[in-house]
Amino acid sequence: VYQVFESVAKKYDVMNDSMTLGIHRVWKDILMHKMNPSPGTLLLDVAGGTGDIAFRFINYVRSARERQLQRKLRHSQNLSWQEIAESYQEENFKPLGDSQVVVCDINKEMLKVGKQKAQHLGYSEGLSWVLGNAEELPFDDDKFDVYTIAFGIRNVTRIDLALQEAYRVLKPGGRFLCLEFSHVSNPLLSRLYDVYSFQVIPVLGEVIAGDWKSYQYLVESIRRFPPQEELKAMIEDAGFFKVDYQNLNLGIVAIHSGFKL
Amino acid sequence: GRARLSQAEPRARPGHGEEEEVEEEGCYQLYPGHIPTSPLQKALLAAGSAAMALYDPYRHDMVAVLGETTGCLALPNLRDKMKHHPEGYRILQERPRIRLSTLDMGKLRGLPDGSLGREYVRFLEDNKVSPDTRMPPKFVDDEELAYVIQRYREVHDLMHTLLGMPTNMLGEVVVKWFEAVQTGLPMCVLGAAFGPVRLSARKLQVLATELVPWAIRSGLNASCILNVYYEQRWEQPVESLREEIGIFPPP
Repeated sequence: VYQVFESVAKKYDVMNDSMTLGIHRVWKDILMHKMNPSPGTLLLDVAGGTGDIAFRFINYVRSARERQLQRKLRHSQNLSWQEIAESYQEENFKPLGDSQVVVCDINKEMLKVGKQKAQHLGYSEGLSWVLGNAEELPFDDDKFDVYTIAFGIRNVTRIDLALQEAYRVLKPGGRFLCLEFSHVSNPLLSRLYDVYSFQVIPVLGEVIAGDWKSYQYLVESIRRFPPQEELKAMIEDAGFFKVDYQNLNLGIVAIHSGFKL
Repeated sequence: GRARLSQAEPRARPGHGEEEEVEEEGCYQLYPGHIPTSPLQKALLAAGSAAMALYDPYRHDMVAVLGETTGCLALPNLRDKMKHHPEGYRILQERPRIRLSTLDMGKLRGLPDGSLGREYVRFLEDNKVSPDTRMPPKFVDDEELAYVIQRYREVHDLMHTLLGMPTNMLGEVVVKWFEAVQTGLPMCVLGAAFGPVRLSARKLQVLATELVPWAIRSGLNASCILNVYYEQRWEQPVESLREEIGIFPPP
């Protein structure tokens, strides 16, 4: 049974690619660009099981750090050889610049798949994996610079609790970012989207993952999820300021953002 | 996006949600495990399951789905054959199931060599298979037809026993040819036609020259295999049963 769950968790990535025709990768990239993390950022990625957001974060911060180091070296033209040699030493190098990401997920199998992926792709530094519930996070107050939840908040029973927890664990000045399926107002696209969701997605679930019911449920839960404005109000209720959202693909997906001040 | 198994409860949808749905799917389950599907979904499932079954032969669930989505002509045909035969009719009425919980394995093992029960158990043990691994039907939109396809699946291992074929790729293909002729299920026909794709040249030769012609001749000659109440014939010698049905001795 354990191994069955493991194989279904493995199929989730394949299913994401098939269902969204690979576009989910673009959505996640856009989220990362919006976040624009600088080296030294501490990120909490909730419901981030298989690590998509975490790996993108590490890549982003790594290249930001490289640029930072290059800029520093360029400005320090009058260094002695001694000083240049020292700056390349391991302790000072810090490829991630002290940035860290904690991946938190309620499902052990998803975390397992994420850890395996990390190992396979060569991610080790600045990455930790924690089993936890979005409605009751195992972290202290005021800890993180950024909180993300990508395609996870839809599965939370009490969204308001998850939002309150997000507020609690963020530092003052911290940012809340939520990437989630939302509502399409354009009537033509809405019809096409419905046909695709209800006719094609459960079939894909059956053929690829051998699981019709979960993907039928997925499609239904997307329809039940609060639309953009309602979610914005809920985020404001949790105490966040400057709450805003950005529609991607005409509302199929939306990024909501808020700040703890 | 992903659905979490831990939070997804399988629900029988009692009707439509408050949102509009473009296609009206069947409103309720006709039998436990039934998933109502629209014609478009059945077409997509048939195509998808066929492709996946070819790509990954270990996806037996895909073969099952293919059988269900393409069996709309063959299954009623089989059901009628059963209805018009005294033993088949009884099977439709009593709906026996072949499962480890319903079989007395000890008793079957104790039967004399050469009897159906003994050889069936030997087949299960030699090939390390169990009758409980057969998929229950999901996409058949008629409760009686769902039983017919379930019966066909559960009788499949007995086909192996009667034909004397193991569960390797070669043996499965031979049984598929026999079943294709017997049932007319498109899934069997496709399996029989595409199964050999993964066999070596030597095996293909044996297949083409000896096994397939024999399977076809037996299939055509034999009476409907679903009309045999196997559970009441465990003591019958395999050879006698073969003769009665009309299956020629295996090469």
